[in-house]
Amino acid sequence: MFKKLAISSILALALTPAAALAAGGEAHVEDFDFSFEGPFGAYDQNQLQRGLQIYTEVCAACHGLRYVPIRTLSDEGGPGIPEDQVRAYADQFIVLDEISNPQLFDSETEEYRPLIPADHFPVNNSQSAPDLSLMAKARAGFHGPYGLGINQFFKGMGGAEYIASLLDGYEEAPACAPEDFPGHYNTVFTAGGIPDSCRDEHGHATVPGSWIGMAQPLYGEDIEFADGHSNELHHEVQDVAAFLMWTAEPKMMARKQAGFAGVLFLTVLTVLLYLTNKRIWAPHKGKKKHD
Amino acid sequence: MAGIPHDHYEPSTGAEKWLHRRLPVVGILYDTIMIPTPKNLNWMWIWGIVLTFCLALQIITGIVLVMHYTPHVDMAFASVEHIMRDVNGGFMLRYLHMNGASLFFVAVYAHIFRGLYYGSYKEPREITWIIGILIFVLMMGTGFMGYVLPWGQMSFWGATVITGLFGAIPFVGESLQTWLLGGPAVDNATLNRFFSLHYLLPFVIAGLVIVHIWAFHTTGNNNPTGVEVRRGSKAEAEKDTLPFWPYFVIKDLFALGFVMVIFWAIVGFMPNYLGHPDNYIEANPLSTPAHIVPEWYFLPFYAILRAFTSEVWVVQIASFLTGGIIDAKFFGVLAMFGAIAVMALAPWLDTSSVRSGRYRPMFKWWFALLCVDFIVLMWLGAMPAEEPYATFSLIGAAYWFAYFLVILPLLGVIEKPDPRPATIEEDFAAHYGDADSKSAAPAE
Repeated sequence: MFKKLAISSILALALTPAAALAAGGEAHVEDFDFSFEGPFGAYDQNQLQRGLQIYTEVCAACHGLRYVPIRTLSDEGGPGIPEDQVRAYADQFIVLDEISNPQLFDSETEEYRPLIPADHFPVNNSQSAPDLSLMAKARAGFHGPYGLGINQFFKGMGGAEYIASLLDGYEEAPACAPEDFPGHYNTVFTAGGIPDSCRDEHGHATVPGSWIGMAQPLYGEDIEFADGHSNELHHEVQDVAAFLMWTAEPKMMARKQAGFAGVLFLTVLTVLLYLTNKRIWAPHKGKKKHD
Repeated sequence: MAGIPHDHYEPSTGAEKWLHRRLPVVGILYDTIMIPTPKNLNWMWIWGIVLTFCLALQIITGIVLVMHYTPHVDMAFASVEHIMRDVNGGFMLRYLHMNGASLFFVAVYAHIFRGLYYGSYKEPREITWIIGILIFVLMMGTGFMGYVLPWGQMSFWGATVITGLFGAIPFVGESLQTWLLGGPAVDNATLNRFFSLHYLLPFVIAGLVIVHIWAFHTTGNNNPTGVEVRRGSKAEAEKDTLPFWPYFVIKDLFALGFVMVIFWAIVGFMPNYLGHPDNYIEANPLSTPAHIVPEWYFLPFYAILRAFTSEVWVVQIASFLTGGIIDAKFFGVLAMFGAIAVMALAPWLDTSSVRSGRYRPMFKWWFALLCVDFIVLMWLGAMPAEEPYATFSLIGAAYWFAYFLVILPLLGVIEKPDPRPATIEEDFAAHYGDADSKSAAPAE
């Protein structure tokens, strides 16, 4: 693990003098070990439920999930919450940004009605925070080395890793930054602003990451899980990242299943075709003379 | 069809005769499927069937996707998510279509480079070659427009950059760009016309594929030796060939099965590997992504487009000679389309009388370098437009043109080719032993 990272970072340092440093400083996305990685990987139902809890109690204050129907919380291969509980969940969900959800407006009573499972999670533009439905697919954790995508081939695209690392990446602002610089210093977020005092003479950042608009949302030990699971920050960020991977790719389990069925079927078919091919050609081919 | 003598369809029953007199459709199908095919074809001759399969896959999955897709700037992105979440099996359809485009281009590049190595473009197969390049160009157009439809950030900005190329054409550029976009910028009108054309072009491609097949069925297939099938008599031709069915159909299907195992594994296990994460962000005209990168299959030509900056002396000379009409941007556009045009001209640029690269000792190395050049250009296309990539791109682009415009014409003159086998039969026997001695030997 460390060796791999060392090699890729050496390569990145040696070969990408400018590309990686275009915006913020070099950021390190931790290679978390998620249960859904690889062809055999599956979502951990308990983890998705914990992630949903974190989303509901913390993230939902500013972020929407506009593409995710609430009813899918009870889908197979997802958090697997029983239907009656989903109904209750929808009913108690507080819609913070009613203006952005006109579909909930009941013109007869002239009031906003509560959510039902058939609704999507509400849109939330109240703090102009990005929608999180697809965030885990809209970010990549691992690039390189040198733009070849080799890391992504072996480690996956790393969207969930990026989210978890970012939530875990808040630190005290470095000394080079002025006190009043807007935003919050994050070692993983590279798309934000960097004070000029934290740049060298070439304009390259001297600190990792950049300043992000979002204040640190999770500190650890701030959510109580019903199953008594650890609520350390390092675990919380993984839980919510796993949940967001599910919201981005809810059919992942079905997809992998189709993948297996297809690969198996096609392999058998290919073997049969190979044997057929060998047989029909045999009368026309003698023994191979060389090689 | 085909100048190679072989048995033709003979209607036997009354009904067959009745139909054959009025519409010889069974005869055409029979001749197509039973065409005598050089028996020494190697595994690089399987890409045709992979390509045919890709076209069918894209059309079938595409038709079903259209049933659920909405071509409107406010709804396109959401309708793709609707397909991914609510449509039965929609996620597989969409991932198959999305990665199917990649498979299509993998296969077409393998197919083109096979043709370049074995001299499949040479007399008398120039028409097959030109039609093929036309199909390739249409594929690029179709692929590009298809990538715009999900209306993600890369869709939008890719469309903005690529249609901007037309804006570089002197005098008419801006009006042309506006006409193409249906407005001053990429917007709903653009999305709608791209959707319309994305649906239309595959059928044009299908038509051209039929012409492509017709053309090479007229000349007969090329083969790894480049030596023509003997056509003196049916018996002679049969020593060099085997009928397409069942020998090559089964062989090609086996190869297709192998390719499909890999393809299906990518769709099932890593469907987003070849895509760009930014395309899961809905298009936003107010926010430009940090790097606008086209799909991988456009990268070599994208690198050539960007290689010719105003610092390059060729560009400066062109600009000086034309009084500034050809600026760096327009030069880049010309270079990109020129890179494809020189491929189309290969039949007339290659002066060698030897068809197959197998018997051309010097050509082999230059061709290998061309393959490396193509891959390096692909990688450079994904890199930011700055040093040292700019210089590398220029070298890569220069070699691409040099290969077609200088090396191919010169090699034919200076190269001393290796001896070639006299017949396909001889080549086949050299690989697989004396085949016919095992079966009943045909009468001499």
